[in-house]
Amino acid sequence: MVEWSDKERGIINSLFSTLDYEDIGSKTLSRCLIVYPWTQRYFANFGPLYSAEAITTNPNIAAHGVKILHGLDRAVKNMDNIKTAYTELSVLHSDKLKVDPDNFTLLSDCLTIVIAAKMGSAFTPETQATFQKFLAVVVSALGKQYH
Amino acid sequence: MLSKKERALIKEIWEKLTPEAERIGSEALLRMFVSYPGSKTYFSHLDISPGSAHLLSHGKKIVLAIAEGAQDISQLMVTLAPLQTLHAYQLRIDPSNFKVDKSVCFLELFSHCMLVTLAAYMGDEFTPIAHAAMDKYLSAFAAVLAEKYR
Repeated sequence: MVEWSDKERGIINSLFSTLDYEDIGSKTLSRCLIVYPWTQRYFANFGPLYSAEAITTNPNIAAHGVKILHGLDRAVKNMDNIKTAYTELSVLHSDKLKVDPDNFTLLSDCLTIVIAAKMGSAFTPETQATFQKFLAVVVSALGKQYH
Repeated sequence: MLSKKERALIKEIWEKLTPEAERIGSEALLRMFVSYPGSKTYFSHLDISPGSAHLLSHGKKIVLAIAEGAQDISQLMVTLAPLQTLHAYQLRIDPSNFKVDKSVCFLELFSHCMLVTLAAYMGDEFTPIAHAAMDKYLSAFAAVLAEKYR
């Protein structure tokens, strides 16, 4: 089981309570599709993805990015049991969406960078480390039900 | 592969950042030490506490090397030859190895922390395109450094 200090819980809760989901969610997914173009394979039906501009202005991608970001709420509410909390979502990503779990790390790296760009120096090394620890646990949980 | 446009963008960004080499380099190092404590083992001979003289000078050294490489990316193998030897034979820092669990690829982890540092420093200016180009450049840089490992 993952151990969280009070400080770490505080950092995660504070980060998510002030998060602008619309802004961060849309930016994160579009950034992932631009920086790691092979991830576009999962979004063939989402409309134009032929350039960075097309991706950044694609409303379907923006909306989906927000949806994905809200997917993390489950982890924030269940920090002591993230693995179990994501069983269903893991099965979904494995069996229905058929996403290579290595891509979860790419998306979480992009999320880290988008938040760093927004928060500037307030995204301290300690905040970064805690956030990355949190994301790593979620990524691991999402990959657990693959078979 | 870095396009002509991307090479020009990388060159421009690092030219602008060179005056801040100390600040950016030391921050990237510090971020790596906090997120990946195992990386500290390679610096046991230095005082790498936040704000220390060693951290600042070492961070500066690293950024200046990255900035120098950015001047002519096509010549990375030549520019980095001395550093290749240093990292592979003397320092023996765990190189990036895309098939291994991230916790053991320190060159790659440093690259990630450098990207986070740049994002925090440049804000909106660290656009998705700049991010993609920078990620590719730092990967190429790390790959050249790792060339002499075996």
